[in-house]
Amino acid sequence: MPHRQPPPEGAVLLLDTPAIERALRRIAHEILEANPLVSRLALVGIPSRGVELARKLAAYIAQFEGCAPATGVIDVSMHRDDLHSRRRLVQIQPSNLPPHLEDKTIVLVDDVLFSGRTCRAAMDALSSFGRPARIQYAVLVDRGHRELPIRADFVGKNLPTQSNERIYVRLAAIDSIDDSVWIDRPTTPSA
Amino acid sequence: MSPSPSTTAHSLPPAGAWTRKDLVGIENLSPQEITLLLDTAAAFKEVGTREIKKVPALRGKTLVNFFVEASTRTRTSFELAAFRLSADVVNISASGSSLSKGETLKDTAKNLEALHADMIVLRHSSAGASQFLAERLQSSIINAGDGAHEHPTQALLDTFTIREKLGRIQGLHVAIVGDILFSRVARSNIHALLKLGARVTLVGPSTLVPRTFEKLGVTVTHDLQSVLAEADVFNLLRIQHERQRKEYFPSLGEYTALFGLTKARAEQLKPSALIMHPGPINRGVEIDSDIADSSRSVILDQVTNGLAVRMAVLYLCSTAAHHKHPSPSQP
Repeated sequence: MPHRQPPPEGAVLLLDTPAIERALRRIAHEILEANPLVSRLALVGIPSRGVELARKLAAYIAQFEGCAPATGVIDVSMHRDDLHSRRRLVQIQPSNLPPHLEDKTIVLVDDVLFSGRTCRAAMDALSSFGRPARIQYAVLVDRGHRELPIRADFVGKNLPTQSNERIYVRLAAIDSIDDSVWIDRPTTPSA
Repeated sequence: MSPSPSTTAHSLPPAGAWTRKDLVGIENLSPQEITLLLDTAAAFKEVGTREIKKVPALRGKTLVNFFVEASTRTRTSFELAAFRLSADVVNISASGSSLSKGETLKDTAKNLEALHADMIVLRHSSAGASQFLAERLQSSIINAGDGAHEHPTQALLDTFTIREKLGRIQGLHVAIVGDILFSRVARSNIHALLKLGARVTLVGPSTLVPRTFEKLGVTVTHDLQSVLAEADVFNLLRIQHERQRKEYFPSLGEYTALFGLTKARAEQLKPSALIMHPGPINRGVEIDSDIADSSRSVILDQVTNGLAVRMAVLYLCSTAAHHKHPSPSQP
């Protein structure tokens, strides 16, 4: 269910398609460095764009190692602690995880790391499926402003932001524009 | 992501948005809202396959199952759905409530709300009872059947099951057979199926399926044979013989002879045709016992899917209610 939402007018381009590709290739290498056994690795995306990023990372790992890691989807919406304060209910995507979690290192994949609440919800959701050997966390963009003691193991780009700014990650497979990361700064009220 | 302001031309909510605190019927839902409910139910169905079949989505919420009219399966299904969402559940039946002492429905419901019931699942013998409470209470009201009016979650689980088994609703031909005159299940199903683009034929004796139903946009026939080889889905409604139905047809035997899904008739169905029944089944009356247990019968899938559909309804309505009336404790 694609969102097909272009970034708002006035948003500034931060990462273009080649920059995102370079960041993802590096993350794929780092994941391999930390987890040499691909058979024990599973990349699990957080809907919706994390799922596409997990797929891209798995493809790079397959390209480097000759065998692809397991991939999956973890729904976090039923596990959020801010469910009732979110402005809009988004479509829930069913979770779909590889079997035998006990033996696996799960790398959670998301587009933007902000408060850390999504990651907490994802770990909570994972635990209702079983007990993975290890959970790691990969994000394309870390924009700071953590509200929980959570950090990412693999980061594509650290982007210091102000809390009232918004980051938009757009992926060709989901949105109608090329892979790109944008920032929207609130307009200062003109005198 | 806020909805784009360019869609203000008509009042339909944008696709993917749910804004209702109550579910009182299917008739006033848009096709987009029905589809959102079904898609959300698909996500919640997965929860039933987990090792731990419980999510914290409605933690701290209180749900009251307020069943003024008897029901076991619908009440149990709502109760389990609420448990799986981590809500707290209280069950109230008419005989055990102050309704039997003469308290009005509104007063009883106001009392439930004063106890901070976030959601009230209501079954009532009067059409419109859910709408009545929905307009007067801040709590979410979920209609679990109001008289002969609507039974929205049954229609949602039926359409969910059809979509799951046949991949679509659009363009399918659905036959609803039997006791339709007073059936809220039939009414809600007709609305849901027509909105999603199916063709609906009602089949039964003229006393139970009057031609006036054609006003809704369905076909009415009193000859089951005419749709046997045509329909993609047969939804067989229960003959409610415990209610005074003797004046509507001469005997159960005659009903079975004319409208029962017998083995001989089942052989004439399309190979892909689904057989559905909202339960409880009268084996040997509206359906042959072996046919009810055959591989093309999806009667037990309907029960499983009912749980997922009710989880989706509780989740969406509870969250929308909170947006309308945020609790003062929120920062």
